[in-house]
Amino acid sequence: MSVRRLDTTALIYLALLGVVAVGGIAVAADGGNLFSPANLGDMFTRTSLTGFLAIGMTLVILCRSLDLSVGYTAALSSLVAATTMDGQVANIPLGIAAVLLVSGLVGAANGAIVAYLGVNPFITTLGVGLIIKGYLDTQYRGPAGDVPRDFQRFGYDGIAHIPVSTLVMLAVAAAGIWFLRSTRTGHHMYAVGGNIDVARMSGIRTDRTLMTAHILCGMCAGLAGLLLASRFGTGSAEVYTNLYELDAIAAVVLGGTLLLGGRGGVAGTVAGVAILAVLDTVFNVLQVDPFAKDVLRGAIIIAAVAIYARRQIDRSARRPRFTAADAAPTPGRPA
Amino acid sequence: MSRLRSAAAALAGGGTGTVFALLIAIFAVVAAVNPGFFEAPSLMAFLKQAAPLVILAAGQYFVIVSGNFDLSVGALVGAQVVIAARLIDGEESRTLPVIGLMLLFGAAVGLANGLITTALKVQSFITTLGMLLVLYGAIRLWTGGAPTGSLSESFREAGRMGIENVPLLGQIPWALLIMLALGAGAVQLMRTRFGRVLIATGDNELATARSGGRVDTVRTTAFVLSGLSATVAGILIGGFAGVSAQVGEGMEFTVITAVVLGGVVLGGGQGSVVAAMGGALTLEALFTLFNQLALPASLRPSVQGAIIIAAVAYAARQRRLTSRKPQREARPLTATPS
Amino acid sequence: MTESTVLTMRGIDKSFLGVRVLRSVDLDVRPGEVHALVGENGAGKSTLMKILAGVHTADAGTITLGGRAVSFTHPLQAQHAGVATVFQEFNLLPDLSVAENIFLGREPRRRGMIDRRAMTKRTADLLSDLGVDDLAPGAKVGSLSVAHQQIAEIAKAMSQGADLVCMDEPTAALADAEVELLYRLVERLRERGVAVLYVSHRLREIFDLCDRITVLKDGELVDSVAAADITPDDLVTLMVGRRIEAAFPEPLPDTDHGDVRLEISGGGNAWLDGIDLTVRAGEIVGLAGLQGSGRTEIAEAVFGIAPFTRGTVAVDGRPVKLTGPRKAIAAGIAMVTEDRKAHGLALRQSVRANARMVLDANRRAHSRARVERIPSILSSLDLVARGPDQEVRYLSGGNQQKVVVAKWLATEPGVIVLDEPTRGIDVGAKHRLYTAIRALAAEGLAVLLIASELIEVIGLADRIAVLHDGRIAGELPAGATEKQVMAYATGRSPR
Repeated sequence: MSVRRLDTTALIYLALLGVVAVGGIAVAADGGNLFSPANLGDMFTRTSLTGFLAIGMTLVILCRSLDLSVGYTAALSSLVAATTMDGQVANIPLGIAAVLLVSGLVGAANGAIVAYLGVNPFITTLGVGLIIKGYLDTQYRGPAGDVPRDFQRFGYDGIAHIPVSTLVMLAVAAAGIWFLRSTRTGHHMYAVGGNIDVARMSGIRTDRTLMTAHILCGMCAGLAGLLLASRFGTGSAEVYTNLYELDAIAAVVLGGTLLLGGRGGVAGTVAGVAILAVLDTVFNVLQVDPFAKDVLRGAIIIAAVAIYARRQIDRSARRPRFTAADAAPTPGRPA
Repeated sequence: MSRLRSAAAALAGGGTGTVFALLIAIFAVVAAVNPGFFEAPSLMAFLKQAAPLVILAAGQYFVIVSGNFDLSVGALVGAQVVIAARLIDGEESRTLPVIGLMLLFGAAVGLANGLITTALKVQSFITTLGMLLVLYGAIRLWTGGAPTGSLSESFREAGRMGIENVPLLGQIPWALLIMLALGAGAVQLMRTRFGRVLIATGDNELATARSGGRVDTVRTTAFVLSGLSATVAGILIGGFAGVSAQVGEGMEFTVITAVVLGGVVLGGGQGSVVAAMGGALTLEALFTLFNQLALPASLRPSVQGAIIIAAVAYAARQRRLTSRKPQREARPLTATPS
Repeated sequence: MTESTVLTMRGIDKSFLGVRVLRSVDLDVRPGEVHALVGENGAGKSTLMKILAGVHTADAGTITLGGRAVSFTHPLQAQHAGVATVFQEFNLLPDLSVAENIFLGREPRRRGMIDRRAMTKRTADLLSDLGVDDLAPGAKVGSLSVAHQQIAEIAKAMSQGADLVCMDEPTAALADAEVELLYRLVERLRERGVAVLYVSHRLREIFDLCDRITVLKDGELVDSVAAADITPDDLVTLMVGRRIEAAFPEPLPDTDHGDVRLEISGGGNAWLDGIDLTVRAGEIVGLAGLQGSGRTEIAEAVFGIAPFTRGTVAVDGRPVKLTGPRKAIAAGIAMVTEDRKAHGLALRQSVRANARMVLDANRRAHSRARVERIPSILSSLDLVARGPDQEVRYLSGGNQQKVVVAKWLATEPGVIVLDEPTRGIDVGAKHRLYTAIRALAAEGLAVLLIASELIEVIGLADRIAVLHDGRIAGELPAGATEKQVMAYATGRSPR
């Protein structure tokens, strides 16, 4: 037992470093520069949207739940934002509040169905997502609402080449790390996902923990919706077609959070988001067909989970009594 | 009286009976709204349109009853239609070889899903989600974004045509016959040793393995069957609706809704393939009812979402109730004629 | 009330599914004493402890803790009342650190936030207080040895301010060196005035550690004595005691011990070593031993679940490689597993589907004739069910077990391994199974019988192999006494 296993988060950041290095070389070989301000800006911009969704997704997956409705929640939120703001700067705070309320309610609905009705989270969030989809399809045939210019700066402005949205995303990530580490509710998410019976035996209110995770996940999707609204200048129902929820899940599992809950964290997720963003930018610069990206993304998700599954397997429940050395006819161990 | 009560219990119990009771109820409303629906042509048209989902439901049933999910079927249906159009490219003579190739491709996708899930121990949710992305991207990569080529007339025959001029019925669609044949085949398959081991695997993997069951093999086979069902569904949908980039989109969720509506339990080990197919018919009937009521088609997803949550919540509740309910008296097995 | 007690239990009754497990049991534990609770497997020790821990609720009787009458319906209530329990299955989360596990649900806070520094500090204090100096509060529990995980459990119990710590077979999973660690810990608890209720089979530990010993037998209190006043031999006699003899059927008259059907030579793996065992046709060989001695491991090795990695196995004289259940089934071996719900049955499937499961799963075992024989096998076992289509989850434990036995008999095996075949089933069904086991032997099967209830092994087996720490400690002929078996099983050589 001399070689200690690498911590999963460290491993994923090493992988990120590797992807950046390989990507940088590939782009350089093509005569470009991955680290040019334009490319860096592109990379950062890509992280923010998936980042918001993936941070929330991390919380629910840690609790051994799931949220397939985040793409629809984000689309709904973009519409709520744009229609509430309606071009008025004065309405910006109201718009943000309305989005957080609506998205939080969607999360609460997910959480309540999972925790109190005992419905499988996959089915629950798929169902809630479809309900929102039907509403959006019926109610909004095109873009709606108007986002004031000032709020569009959230999507477009940057500070020293780093987009504001990325900075906000990193702040949310920091808050997420703090939440999981320093609040009881956050900390209890690991117990709920790790072994719900042990959590109950320890006096944790598992239903509330699950609700909180879903509400926060919904609100993160709300933030993503705000970002979408500020980028497009209007609310758009169409954005759910981009399968953002799959990107978010990909980033979470890539970041080392166990799909079965109880292990992982937001720090790993941020690295997972970054890896996907770097790959996207590299492909973009190299002008690889955008569809190749989907193929690769699918392969990466499967490979990441397979690798993590492999790292897990050797946990045997029973502890050996006789080692291989006993097989040799050496006297020594008294019977 | 007690028979009546047990019949009522079967209908409300979330099992096979429930979904058909629901189907009849929906048909009754449809008949009330539009009596003409039950005339042969429109009924046949309904069945023709429902056939692909019913076939997909049978395929998905195998996977779900063994304890997994297959989220890649929608993407596979889409991929198959695009493959058919590109490879046939309007040439009648290529129809059969291409169909053969499509079946191989469908089986290969299922095999990959199965092997990744069983041998690499990746949860089927992730495996098939990854496969969905791979298929989606690979097909567009191959065709450069939009579908190219066109289907041959004979290819479209299966989805569009049927046996014409049948007395009373008019046209009997090929799609209906294929659906019935495959449905009967699926029912028969569940009665074989394979079917028994498959459902036992979904119920208790460990007990099945300790009885000598090849748990991984039957699960992988279930994925292959799902891949094949998506291929057949693709052939029918391509024939019926033609080629577009959107074919199959979201179908994986529709079919899972259908199977769950049929009382098949997610996680495996419970439910019948007939009920799964009945769930698909019921869902299609519901969509038809929507058309009859002139509700916007865009509301379909909402209904589907509400149904799937309600169905699973109802089943969860039923399970909790039956596990408390005392069983009726038992007697020695020898007393029952077998 | 002559002497102060931490715990007084009076007249505790408990039945499961009509089977009386505890009958009017009394127990007194004084502050600062280490109190052993001993008895054979199935004597009711674990049930009594689970009642104390709030896992089960007693049907009748009173529990007084520190002078207050209590009644628990949930483990949390027991914890809050000052009873901490260390079960064999750990209640720890492997992905959290020692400190996080200890304070789970009760994390110290400062200004509303978890105060990790305080948590680490208090854990370190707690551990050093317990005399543990080689366990870092920040270490992930999953990376610890079993002994250290156990220490973490005990520390968790202590941090809750328990007056009484219950330990269920704490050394079952420990190596010798680790047992020392546990001893030290128990000593510490005693010094601090905490009472320890110590459930164990191991006589040496009991006499090393305990002040008083309460003996249970068949769910009843036998005696409660000071450890200093009794010898190990007398204790064994108390545990084995006089009993209402269960009636075991005699071997059927036409039972011959024929050729060797199963032969294991030098079998070993991670849990077993040097296993030499033969079973002849018509013979019932019993495997006896304490919890964790390797009984089930032998069954699993023979059936290929956790195969032997050393030595050879032959069935009917042919060497076989038993690398998995399919190989074992092909060699004509059948196995009735210990945990029928987890390993034996698909509970939501019908009686019929379960009974033919092995035939369905193995092409070479399958034949029409065998499938058609199933109803007669089921009725010969007197299965009580509503019909062949009834789901097995609705059957009683005894009838479920009959389905398991039937599914194996359907394969017409040459060797049958019965691992705890009568666990959790009622007396009538037990007797039916005993007769069935005799009948199997009479038909020429080689039967390997594992039972934690000694009386069963003694009552049925033609020969008994006693296991201790993964090795066969000795073989005894039919008619051996419980005392002889216990002597081997507890690691003492019999005189």
